[in-house]
Amino acid sequence: MALMLRNQEHFLSKIATNNGHGEDSPYFDGWKAYDSDPYHHTKNPKGVIQMGLAENQLSFDLIQDWIMNNPRASICTAEGADDFKDIAIYQDYHGLPEFRNAIAKFMGKVRGDMATFDPDRIVMSGGATGAHETMVFCLADPGDAFLVPTPYYAGFDRDLRWRTGAQLVPVICDSSNNFTVTRDALEAAYTKAQEAKIKVKGLLITNPSNPLGTILDRETLKSIVRFTDEKNIHLVSDEIYAATVFKRPSFISIAEILEEQDMEGINRDLMHIVYSLSKDMGFPGFRIGILYSYNDAVVSCARKMSSFGLVSTQTQHLIASMLSDDHFVDKFIIESKHRLAKRHGVFTKGLEQVGIGSLESNAGLFFWMDLRRLLSEATVEAEMALWRIIIKEVKLNVSPGSSFHCSEPGWFRVCFANMDDETMRVALRRIKTFVLQTKGGQEASAKKQCRRQRLQVSLSFRRMEDIMMTPHLIMTPHSPICSSPLVRART
Amino acid sequence: MGPGMGGSINKINVGGAWTTIVHASTSKHVAPAEQRNKLCRYMKMLSRKATCHSHGQDSSYFLGLQEYEKNPYHEVHNPSGIIQMGLAENQLSFDLIESWLSRNSDRTNFIENGRSIFRDLALFQDYHGLPAFKKADENLNLAVNINSQVLAEFVEEIRGNKVRFDPNKLVLTAGATSANETLIFCLAEPGEAFLVPTPYYPGFDRDLKWRTEVEIVPVHCSSLNHFRLTKSALEEAYQQAQKLKLKVKGVLITNPSNPLGTTMTKDELHHLITFAVAKEIHIVSDEIYSGTVFDSPSFVSVIEAAKIKYPKDTTLWSRIHIVYSLSKDLGLPGFRVGMIYSNNEAVISAATKMSSFGLVSSQTQYLLSKILGDRKFTKYYIKENQRRVKKRHEMLVLGLKKAGIRCLKSNAGLFCWVDMRHLLRTSTFDAEMELWKKIVCEVGLNISPGSSCHCSEPGWFRVCFSNMSKETLNLSMQRIKAFVDSINGGRYGQNDARSLCSSRSKKVTCYMGFIIVKICLST
Repeated sequence: MALMLRNQEHFLSKIATNNGHGEDSPYFDGWKAYDSDPYHHTKNPKGVIQMGLAENQLSFDLIQDWIMNNPRASICTAEGADDFKDIAIYQDYHGLPEFRNAIAKFMGKVRGDMATFDPDRIVMSGGATGAHETMVFCLADPGDAFLVPTPYYAGFDRDLRWRTGAQLVPVICDSSNNFTVTRDALEAAYTKAQEAKIKVKGLLITNPSNPLGTILDRETLKSIVRFTDEKNIHLVSDEIYAATVFKRPSFISIAEILEEQDMEGINRDLMHIVYSLSKDMGFPGFRIGILYSYNDAVVSCARKMSSFGLVSTQTQHLIASMLSDDHFVDKFIIESKHRLAKRHGVFTKGLEQVGIGSLESNAGLFFWMDLRRLLSEATVEAEMALWRIIIKEVKLNVSPGSSFHCSEPGWFRVCFANMDDETMRVALRRIKTFVLQTKGGQEASAKKQCRRQRLQVSLSFRRMEDIMMTPHLIMTPHSPICSSPLVRART
Repeated sequence: MGPGMGGSINKINVGGAWTTIVHASTSKHVAPAEQRNKLCRYMKMLSRKATCHSHGQDSSYFLGLQEYEKNPYHEVHNPSGIIQMGLAENQLSFDLIESWLSRNSDRTNFIENGRSIFRDLALFQDYHGLPAFKKADENLNLAVNINSQVLAEFVEEIRGNKVRFDPNKLVLTAGATSANETLIFCLAEPGEAFLVPTPYYPGFDRDLKWRTEVEIVPVHCSSLNHFRLTKSALEEAYQQAQKLKLKVKGVLITNPSNPLGTTMTKDELHHLITFAVAKEIHIVSDEIYSGTVFDSPSFVSVIEAAKIKYPKDTTLWSRIHIVYSLSKDLGLPGFRVGMIYSNNEAVISAATKMSSFGLVSSQTQYLLSKILGDRKFTKYYIKENQRRVKKRHEMLVLGLKKAGIRCLKSNAGLFCWVDMRHLLRTSTFDAEMELWKKIVCEVGLNISPGSSCHCSEPGWFRVCFSNMSKETLNLSMQRIKAFVDSINGGRYGQNDARSLCSSRSKKVTCYMGFIIVKICLST
């Protein structure tokens, strides 16, 4: 069988036979473990709980209600069937006008109406996956590179590089400053690329960040925009988690930044946004990807390319109806954030009780969990060893930081919005039990006393040095650094 | 295109390359010099793909569609507008689907076993297709699921149940557009080539070449033998590729053919298979029109022919790949449902991963699994649809005949391949373009010129017949007749006293005009 596969592969392209699809990465190994032993309350209570999939399942009831009350939006109902023919025939890659209008309006609302979007600049794609690939096809030739701050979504390795032939150059960010994207880090990455004679065509940021769950503040955004403008490279802002910002500070889009007075001279032809409804509304199955560009030529080219991944008109029709219902949209956005905040709070507080901290975050469908102190040493191997234990023994599929190209071992992305309350309780229980059973467990209860003052200090560089200098030592309650506890979310 | 096309297209010369600027809907009117500078800056900032023309959308095929958009016919609001005959859509059988929907609304309202499955659908993004109905004997990598299964059964039904289609060997894609591109990505490197018989669907220039950077080398087919694919044409194309130092990775055929509307004969299929075996290359068969075969000879897929001719050659079978879509047979282009079918596990594996870039909306998968799952309905639909396509085809052929225009004899497709060589001023592509512009702008019919389909002989046009009402089709026939009569009334004769056909132009109106004109043109 393997021989036959090899023979068959002989006739195929390199793209078809290399591993540029990235599915051999550990990010997907966890999925496979889950697939072969999925948790179920009653049928498989000892199965693996999926915490590696950033899905938003918290607010479906709101959408289901809307669908029941709006049969016209579906072309399969008696009320909506009149539209069937026109919808089924429509294959114009501009997309239904009402769809684009509804998306433009929704994007504005999600950004607190601090920016407006032109429906004519909206281009469809097969999910954000398709949007990213199309963006790179438009902006870069094979061999050209995009700078991407680490840690970043594992799928970018495939989406941006596989069929396009483009490269990714990491912009290293670390916990010393809460993984902020600094000018220095950008310059360092850019210089490195130049030295390697790699042509940089653009910078891709994900804001809110996956996997960090943080948003970029105004100054950082402006600094990024100035950087790309100076270097005359493109800026692509993946804002797929924009409506998942569940507490202050509020989300700031680059669309908003571009409207500021001191940004007037910025070349808008370099500005592009990737968006999708997969996270904000929880519709990954409907494949609604959006490419938004301030550059006419990119809009034109991307639109032609969208033929390779248009959104089904049946879905366009449904979404157009749904998103034009202002009352529903306003209610949904608020309620969804509220539920995300609650879920996030339950997890992060629960973990604190056993001395597990996470990066302070206010967005996304996940948090960035800090398990560095559970590592036997600060290496990727130790991280993978810990991860395998978490999958096999604790039975939680969380995603190891290395799969996001994080430069510091010990961080894990934990998704919390893709399960019901019961599963969440089980997951928390398992983590707590695991932590308490390990060496760190004893320190954890002692740490609780340290933390009573409820200090909210972020991890300092000096503390980072302490950890790095004592790789084999798991912190004891008597450690001098007890007084500056792990970074944790604000309550 | 010149000013006759409404002045919306400008060509400028940038760095030695002619570039077409089509006014993007987003840009305001800018002065030409400013636009040139802007474009120069653009071109340095964007990829080659964004600035070249491999997207093929400057072709007359697409320009005709644009002209139609500007002035579309409507029986009440715009009776003198352009009638769309350039879009191969099947609008003949919607009523059948609509009535199915109204009878089955309880099956398509996202409720299964009393429980709403909306949520499962909305979440579902597995590239293997809908999971909610996985079978018990699945294996991890190639899960059998209802959607692939109903699609496989539907495809079998279309082929008269003569061939089995294994749902495990099927990959869902966002339309045939995506399926074709994906296959090329899997089978060829940038700079390599695929042979494609002419005339071919204009969209292939984009779908097969643009982002993949693969070349198309045409296999020239001629009207002298009804555009049939011959051994010598294949060989010649292969030699041509070698001359151009292009490595040929496969042949891509469309069967039934677009734009010819013919199904490939057993002989043609045998030539093709023998050729592919000898050169050790792939065959991609785009069978998107397989459900529109309304007359004999019945449809034979290349995979069927290969299994008969080489019953044990599994290596050969692993190099044959089928593309299909619901856009033509079911008339649902908006839903973007395409598929790749292949016996090659490595292709299926790679194509499945690539389908992430263009999955089918789960909402649509669900609806279709219901419709296609009703076997009684699909059997009836296929037969009835074919009957209606046949009837329309006859209408067009007869209508054109009355105007002294012949078509290639065809038994499939949603269009006719029409011979207007006798109406050309000279036997050149310039004359074809001239005639085409007249037909679009003055006669008000958007038909597709053969040159846009890379036909090697000028004077052929593709005319679609299934995307309009009977009344509109009749009107278009009247317009064509009036146009031809006006030509014979001497307009052409006056301008071209010395042209080859001027003294014989009267013979164009003869009922057997085709044969006679052919003789005239060849003398």
